[in-house]
Amino acid sequence: MNDRFNLYRFAAPAVFYPLAGRLVPWFAGLAAIFGLAGLALGMLVAPTDFQQGEGYRIIFIHVPASWMSMFIYLVMAFWAAIGLAFNTRLSGMMAQALAPTGALMAFLSLWTGALWGKPMWGAWWVWDARLTSELILLFLYIGYLALTAAIDDPRRADKAGGLLLLVGVVNVPIIYFSVKWWNTLHQGASVSLTRSPSMASVMLWGMLLMALCFWMYTIAVALLRVRTILLERERHTDWVKAELTGETR
Amino acid sequence: MFGIVIAVIARDLRLALRRQADIVSALFFFVIVVSLFPLGIGPEPDLLRKLAPGVLWVAALLATMLSLPRLFADDHRDGTLEQLALAPHPLGLVVLGKVVAHWLVSGLPLALLAPVLGLQFDLSADALVVLTGSILLGTPALSGIGGIGAALTLGLRGGGVLLSLLVLPLYIPVLIFGAGAVDATVTGLGGQAHLSLLAALTCAALGFAPWAAAAALKIALE
Repeated sequence: MNDRFNLYRFAAPAVFYPLAGRLVPWFAGLAAIFGLAGLALGMLVAPTDFQQGEGYRIIFIHVPASWMSMFIYLVMAFWAAIGLAFNTRLSGMMAQALAPTGALMAFLSLWTGALWGKPMWGAWWVWDARLTSELILLFLYIGYLALTAAIDDPRRADKAGGLLLLVGVVNVPIIYFSVKWWNTLHQGASVSLTRSPSMASVMLWGMLLMALCFWMYTIAVALLRVRTILLERERHTDWVKAELTGETR
Repeated sequence: MFGIVIAVIARDLRLALRRQADIVSALFFFVIVVSLFPLGIGPEPDLLRKLAPGVLWVAALLATMLSLPRLFADDHRDGTLEQLALAPHPLGLVVLGKVVAHWLVSGLPLALLAPVLGLQFDLSADALVVLTGSILLGTPALSGIGGIGAALTLGLRGGGVLLSLLVLPLYIPVLIFGAGAVDATVTGLGGQAHLSLLAALTCAALGFAPWAAAAALKIALE
């Protein structure tokens, strides 16, 4: 066809495996740099909040984790759509590789939220719309993980999981709004999570850097995981045998 | 085109009526779960009245879940499902027929039984009417969404538990608006808005879910 750089080439497992291997250290390094910078800004430079004291600093973990938990679900749904539409093998593997990190982020978000909520609101948990929808997001991740784990045939696992992700991504806005209305209808104005508009720009930068750190970490971990999945699924092929025995091709 | 839907409904109903024990046991499950709550939390009428919408709706969700694994399993086992998939009709319509039949044997009896159980919880006449209406309106959505889960978990080990993991989070909007309608009637706000949203959910679920379930069936049958 033509000699130009062809992105689709990387959809082939044998080509993607070494590429992912080369990319992992870069993303891991970036995650470390952003993480150190973000933590330095957040823990050392950012001023103490006049209302919440030092306790607010958990925001530097909490908010990026919540963002990533939602973003990863969208990315998984994107890969699922690609996988179902073009019948590519790598897409399903990417979705599966991302899922544990997504579940981890959702859990982390809930956990840090509870730790933050106890000193600030005096409760580990309130049935706020955002908390509830984050919890449901965690349930959706767990459902995906359980479904793909229960299916032995990897191709069927990819497709069934992909379909579940698409159904889930259609439902997420419905669930979010129903929970929101349920919340406002049920208990009136309880604890509001909306923060004061004036957030010091140092805090904002710290949060953004931490978000970048989480993002890079997610990519690095997902690529590592997809490499293992690739080796396992393609174990009958020559390139995996060559890879594992250390032969050069 | 809808001939196939009618045919599938008629067939599934006939099969269900020959195995009445399945329908009856799901119904008694509903009755028993609902009756356990007053025993667990105490017989104060005020408390029960407040809890009734949620308890009845959660029990209805679980009772619907109970019969879902059998939605496609029997047809899958004897090969009927593959023949249906090979038929010239769109598989989505076949699934729609099965979903409607499932609702007729699971959702409809629940709606008819719910007012009797509502009486145990000291609900007013208005609330009982809205409760019946909300269960009538909401359970088709449960059957539709449940169909996707049943198709995805077809033939898997631990299918029943897995099915509940997949489907229950997706049931949350139906639960919220269904129980919300009764709750709003009890508190005097009027359940109109909730019922409208519930009807919208049911329309969307019946329109889209059978096609998603058909796609899942094709994956399972590959």
